[in-house]
Amino acid sequence: MNDLVNEKTLVELSTLAALPFEPEKSKATLDALNEVLALVGQMQSLDISDVAPLAHPLERHQTLRADAVTETIDASALSQNAPLYEAGLYFVPKVIE
Amino acid sequence: MSIPAGWQIDIGLEIHAQLNTRSKIFSGASTLFGQSPNSQACAIDLGMPGVLPSVNAEVFKKAVEFGLSIGAKINQESRFDRKNYFYPDLPKGYQITQMDHPIVLGGEINILRSDGTVKTIRVTRAHLEEDAGKSIHDFKPGLTGIDLNRAGTPLLEIVSEPDIKNAEEAVAYAKAIHQLLTYLEVCDGNMAEGSLRFDANISVRRQDAETLGTRSEIKNLNSFRFLEQAIHFETERQISVLEAGGTLVQDTRLFDPDRHETRSMRSKETATDYRYFPEPDLLPVMLTTEFIDEIQASLPELPSKRAQRYQTAHELSASDAALLSQDRGLGDYFDAVLTFSSNAKSAANWVRGDLLSKLKEHELSITACPISPKHLGEMIQLIDQGVISGKIAKEVFAALWSKQTESAGDYVRQNQLEQVSDASAIEPLIDALIAENPKQAADLRAGKDKLLGFFVGKVMQATGGKANPQQVNDLIRQKLSEL
Repeated sequence: MNDLVNEKTLVELSTLAALPFEPEKSKATLDALNEVLALVGQMQSLDISDVAPLAHPLERHQTLRADAVTETIDASALSQNAPLYEAGLYFVPKVIE
Repeated sequence: MSIPAGWQIDIGLEIHAQLNTRSKIFSGASTLFGQSPNSQACAIDLGMPGVLPSVNAEVFKKAVEFGLSIGAKINQESRFDRKNYFYPDLPKGYQITQMDHPIVLGGEINILRSDGTVKTIRVTRAHLEEDAGKSIHDFKPGLTGIDLNRAGTPLLEIVSEPDIKNAEEAVAYAKAIHQLLTYLEVCDGNMAEGSLRFDANISVRRQDAETLGTRSEIKNLNSFRFLEQAIHFETERQISVLEAGGTLVQDTRLFDPDRHETRSMRSKETATDYRYFPEPDLLPVMLTTEFIDEIQASLPELPSKRAQRYQTAHELSASDAALLSQDRGLGDYFDAVLTFSSNAKSAANWVRGDLLSKLKEHELSITACPISPKHLGEMIQLIDQGVISGKIAKEVFAALWSKQTESAGDYVRQNQLEQVSDASAIEPLIDALIAENPKQAADLRAGKDKLLGFFVGKVMQATGGKANPQQVNDLIRQKLSEL
């Protein structure tokens, strides 16, 4: 099987991902990446044209709640981690439309 | 504005309707409008780490009511998706919406065009989603304030096919949706508070072109007038670019009503830009057949059906029928009046005339009307039975309105307002009038029929409006012929 990722690609990917490239680990990394990609290739060979996409791993349906106001809101507590909060508003650098 | 020769316009509308639930779509925070900033935004609405959405059942009920009313297919299983985009008024960094499996599919709305013809506009779909917060730009220099009270308010986004061909049709369609939503009482329809907002997808093409032109989307139009103006300005812009040999770029634009123009905000995103994927925090929603059937059974009579009934069963004019059926409360009131008086024409006149003008004068809705349908119906019955004249009825109506009395009948008896139908009480008055006005009497006898009004008026005056005008008419003619 042809390797999908070679050392040149690995160096480029490391640069793009801003991760330090470690030449001594290059073979092990390449092998691991290619092994994963080979598995992806194997999965892609399956005919799934009549299989519906998975919406959720749990085979159950959503429980709905009654329309009632249940939350009491303490805005000052909720605003604790906001960098700038004044007169009840959260402030962000100017957004121009 | 007429469309320039050789061009045609294609418009599709996306209408965002806030559903009038008590709590938000994914949290138990209140949806009350006009509260102090961020007092209605809970940890879920703020997108705090670790919170999970919980789905409000009422939004499904309201969406299904709308869907069934436009003859749409209801998807028993619908799903939520994440639409990713970054904007400060969307604290989670994504909006929970329905992409591939919306609750409502298809359906149609009929609009009445100015030439009297009816046109059908197809609805593509309607899906549930959450509203974003509000940005406040002029509070602090260099900064934008964020109020997240609106974040998480349930929205039903109603998407039309590009069947709309001009601004007039767009406004008629938008008004029809507004009427239906408020009639069903699923949205308060308050445009000034942003309860209903329009996005218009507009493109132009040569008259003979088979495919749609490059479209622009004009965002956030919050009045029928702005919708109409934005379509005029945008089609004018697109046609002038193409006529000058230029090409159009698909984009999203803002309408500036002050400058009478639309301005490009950004090149149009495509679905892939939003990286839609199934919402992992929510399972698919499955509605039972019973749930949908129950809603179907409880749907009110819709405005078009009601207007039809008023015309066929009660022989009202098309305009009376349309006016009385446009508002559910008004139609219910009118129907209630009819249980106390069988004279539908007279009831329609009183409701659309005196009653509506009083309500308007006092800025009251029909549900706050001080006169109950029973009391108005009884009053109309008194007119029909000949107990009071139309003139006296105005006085009784005023007394009912100001709550001087609860019952028209009691008021008439207490104030001795019964119509005088006793000929022996009226005849001496007529004799005296003929004696006092011999020339007019002679002229009337000679065929000057206009003078009949003069005599009838005098008798009505003398009886304080209590005489029966028809009877007075007959008696005057009789007296003159005996002379």
